[in-house]
Amino acid sequence: MENSVKIVTEKLNLYYGNFQALKEVNLEVCSGKVTALIGPSGCGKSTFLRSLNRLNDLIDSVRVEGEVRIDGENIYDKSCDVVRLRKKVGMVFQKANPFPKSIYENVAYGPRIHGVRDKKVLDRIVEKSLREAALWEEVKDNLSRSALRLSGGQQQRLCIARVLAVEPEVVLMDEPTSALDPIATQKIEDLIRALKQKFTIVIVTHNMQQAARVSDITAFFLNGEIVEVGNTGLLFTQPVDQRTEDYITGKFG
Amino acid sequence: MRSLKERIIAVFFSLNGITAILILLGIFYLLLSGSFLAWRDIGFFDFLFGRTWNPTGFHSASYGILPLVMSTLMVTAGATVIAVPLGVACAAYLAEVASPWEREIVKPVIEMLAGVPSVVIGFFGLVVLNRLIARTFSLSNGLNALNGAVLLALMALPTIISIAEDALTMVPTEYKEASLALGANRWQTLRLVIFPAAASGVSAAIMLGIGRAIGETMTVIMATGNAIAWPRSMFQSVRTMTATIAIELGEVAYNTTHYYALFAVGFVLFAITFLVNLSADLFLQRSSEVTRR
Repeated sequence: MENSVKIVTEKLNLYYGNFQALKEVNLEVCSGKVTALIGPSGCGKSTFLRSLNRLNDLIDSVRVEGEVRIDGENIYDKSCDVVRLRKKVGMVFQKANPFPKSIYENVAYGPRIHGVRDKKVLDRIVEKSLREAALWEEVKDNLSRSALRLSGGQQQRLCIARVLAVEPEVVLMDEPTSALDPIATQKIEDLIRALKQKFTIVIVTHNMQQAARVSDITAFFLNGEIVEVGNTGLLFTQPVDQRTEDYITGKFG
Repeated sequence: MRSLKERIIAVFFSLNGITAILILLGIFYLLLSGSFLAWRDIGFFDFLFGRTWNPTGFHSASYGILPLVMSTLMVTAGATVIAVPLGVACAAYLAEVASPWEREIVKPVIEMLAGVPSVVIGFFGLVVLNRLIARTFSLSNGLNALNGAVLLALMALPTIISIAEDALTMVPTEYKEASLALGANRWQTLRLVIFPAAASGVSAAIMLGIGRAIGETMTVIMATGNAIAWPRSMFQSVRTMTATIAIELGEVAYNTTHYYALFAVGFVLFAITFLVNLSADLFLQRSSEVTRR
């Protein structure tokens, strides 16, 4: 895939009531690359992620200023179709949140709501998505089992499969491994590296080693602002800003 | 010293608990012993399946409870048909659509409806609904099963709405977010994710609402006309089990078959409400198992 600019945010301000959670955030996200957002708790990185698929709309007190353009289209424009946007921009959450349904139903949910009725087509999508999420071999014999009986790591990969089933172009990940053990975490990281060939990935992480391992570009957030963006290797070895250096060397956060 | 005090407190609380259970057992014993005397005179199957309730018949008294059970079922079923769709839809609206301030106003108002005395609701049926039904369906009067069903629906609604809304709100936000993030709209999310996840809580709400309707007495006495003929339609005057007990127990001679037969009616009513409440309990228990992850 060609590395072109996929998402641009321009002077993005976001308020929860009177509290300003994002301040003049300008960021470019390239397709075919993994962009990591790091920063201490409460710095706005999850809020920023949720503004990319307008999931912040669910909170009544939220107000957004500025632009988020995906493929050149401002998603906060009145004409923007939120359903289409969220189909294009999928999201994986911090806590694995499969529906209390079977494994099959979880993956088929997305295609179903977008109008796929044919059982054969659904079967094919489910298998393809589970394969892409590296879960197929583990669950292919009990697709009718409840998703809640899978292990935490398997549940998270199931959630990734569920997102892939609607064929998104961008996948947002909000600390996808923070509740997982090291082995499950490694599987997800391998998966992220494999998926970046096809998808634009933006990942929020608390874990700087993880950012260093999986991402190409890293953005450092502090108090709702982007302090520094750069090539991951460079940002971790030769940070420009003093605050970035303090954070990555563990002086705060 | 301290352990003594704690022991006294512990004894005090267990005594309270035991008293409640003893009283309940006492009521149960009273009903059952009276019922046995009635069944000895009438015959258990004649009582349960007899089609005529006429305890003061001139030639021979008959104690068939079936018309009373039918009346209760008709009124309750009617109430269910009206209250369930309305109540569930209202709960869904409050849980998913209403703005916070709407919920702040509407929910307490609905719960206040539960506090309206049944005699007031009955009065409403007698005065307002009576005429309305008579005029709409060209009947001589509007005191019939339909009137009772509407009123009982009104009384079951607060229970259904309040508990169903709780069940819907309890569904973890993560499910909702997952569904919306996949591009589902709110209606799809409600129908395909939130309702299935809250199904047992919503069923329990319905059961508890029905349980309330079955046991209601004053309202149905005032609104259903109380004729003891075999009930054939919703537009006929009916007499429920509760109404029969309330009307006849005040005038019946002590220690007669009729007297005990009323106990037996009470026992059947008790058994029905117990079953409904038990199934509600089972549903609720299941719902807490599903939401626990």
